[in-house]
Amino acid sequence: MKNLLEIEHLSTHFTTEEGTVRAVDNISLRIRSGETVCIVGESGCGKSITALSVMGLIEEPSGKVVEGSIHFGDKDLLKLGKNELRAIRGNEIAMIFQEPMSSLNPVITIGEQIIEPLMVHMNMGKREAQKQAIRLIEQVGISRAEQIARSYPHELSGGMLQRIMIAIAISCNPKLLIADEPTTALDVTIQAQILDMLRKFKQESGMSILLITHDLGVVAEMADYVIVMYSGKIVEEGEVVELFSNPKHPYTRGLLKSKPIINQRQDELYSIPGQVPNPLELESSCYFHDRCDNCMAICRTDEPALKEITIHQKVACWLYEEGALHVHS
Amino acid sequence: MSSMSEISTGKVPKRTPLKSSIWKQSMHRLFKDKLAVTGLIVVIIMFIACFIGPIFSPYSANKIHMNIMNHPPNMRHWLGTDGLGRDVLTRVLQAGRISLTVGLASMILSVFIGTLLGAIAGYFRGIIDQIIMRAADLLLTIPSLPLLFIFGALLSEWKVPTDYRMYIVMVMLSLIGWPSLARMVRGQMLSLREREFMQAATVLGLSSRRKLFHHLLPNIVPLLIVIATLNIGGSILTESVLSFFGLGVMPPTATWGNMIDAANNMLDFQNRPWLWIPPGFSIFVTVIAINIFGDGLRDVLDPKKKR
Repeated sequence: MKNLLEIEHLSTHFTTEEGTVRAVDNISLRIRSGETVCIVGESGCGKSITALSVMGLIEEPSGKVVEGSIHFGDKDLLKLGKNELRAIRGNEIAMIFQEPMSSLNPVITIGEQIIEPLMVHMNMGKREAQKQAIRLIEQVGISRAEQIARSYPHELSGGMLQRIMIAIAISCNPKLLIADEPTTALDVTIQAQILDMLRKFKQESGMSILLITHDLGVVAEMADYVIVMYSGKIVEEGEVVELFSNPKHPYTRGLLKSKPIINQRQDELYSIPGQVPNPLELESSCYFHDRCDNCMAICRTDEPALKEITIHQKVACWLYEEGALHVHS
Repeated sequence: MSSMSEISTGKVPKRTPLKSSIWKQSMHRLFKDKLAVTGLIVVIIMFIACFIGPIFSPYSANKIHMNIMNHPPNMRHWLGTDGLGRDVLTRVLQAGRISLTVGLASMILSVFIGTLLGAIAGYFRGIIDQIIMRAADLLLTIPSLPLLFIFGALLSEWKVPTDYRMYIVMVMLSLIGWPSLARMVRGQMLSLREREFMQAATVLGLSSRRKLFHHLLPNIVPLLIVIATLNIGGSILTESVLSFFGLGVMPPTATWGNMIDAANNMLDFQNRPWLWIPPGFSIFVTVIAINIFGDGLRDVLDPKKKR
């Protein structure tokens, strides 16, 4: 399969008064057409910044993509001009956000907001776009489409609004859909419906999805390929089945262990001890070392590289490094 | 029973349509505010009286009748006549036309300039913002009244035809009025542009122009309406001050301001109050009514500003 999106050695840094925050630090990933790739990790690990970097939404001068390339098809998104980027956004790459309630303009009707990308990217006339908008609203499973098109965002529920967001996102048949925690703000039943819908559209149109989430349940349901991020770096990646059945990195193991199991009462839910390190004070080390059960001497001083350990899995951990001193400290 | 079957088939029960638009809701609330409604009614009456009233008057506003000079109010001339025998009531109404037009027109112009510049400054930021805002600051640092006096004096010096002066006064007033408005609009823009729906609009690949005029401006319309309303009152006052000092709209074209000029004459001030009380009262009532209405509008349209 052809690679649709290829990110190589991407680093996005933010300059603050206290120093530079390496929000995304030298990550590489690729998405093939028709594939769903999930990025998982705790809050602040750089998942969303990765997505924003792809969309070119990093606000300079505080933030900057300092290194790397993002190839979409045969174009490097980082080198495109404003207008070229605009032609891709919403047309070939679409994005949906975490908070559907605040992602729609409160003073413009739903219908108006759906027809906008249609008129801009598909060169539709207003009347034609309006008809298409009604069809799109119906497609995302909302009845009374015409009435909904005339209403304002505050009149709809969060679940409905997220459907509208999906309708807007798929309106121009994008090749890649970036979904940044699309179900986090919704309750569980709605969550399942939204995910089903995304899967359905993916099958119908063959688009790829870059799904960003912290919910391993969502990953299990959606992903073909999983990338685990920690402190701006990829610590482990692999095919979803492989990664879930045989997690290698202690962080991934911790994440999987801390997931509640339905119908099974536990006295205490497992949680990884400690906190995410302050992104300002990172020195050369495995950033996970002070929370890790298997911490060794080398983990405190040297950074492990992302290495392929099976065909389907890569991990950045000294435990799997040949020749490293496996001495527990 | 029917609702049961609707639920079991998964259909959404039909709701009664909401009073959807923000405007309808706001208007509904506005009409509960008795003071604001009174203000609105007074303003409307004033407009009707000034624009339609003179048509029914048997007298001409500017025609001189030397035989009926300085008559006090009587049955034929309800508010008396002035030193040139002109009917004061007709002139007050005629003057209202000019004053209200100047107020309205300079409001529209200054709201237009202020919104456009403020929106551009707030949206694009950087150097454009700096240029526009420093220009606004400069205008704000100069006391506006002396500046207007200088302009007015210059106009008199250059002997600008009196017909044009009205329009020049409008432009002058709006040039003085836009900076404060631009600052407010810019502030709103700065906060709005960081909202998530603007990021969503960027992600859709919309152009800056579209984002600015189609997504951001509708969000500040309530603010604009309030400012615009209050602005009319201010413009009417400033125009009156200018005309009072003989630097605004020139006689014989009557405005409320140059009619009060009669009070400058000690004799008229003491003995002929019908010359200056009617125009003064008109200014007072109109401006108060506009401000009360504007306050009511603000309470309704801007929920963040609570008394």
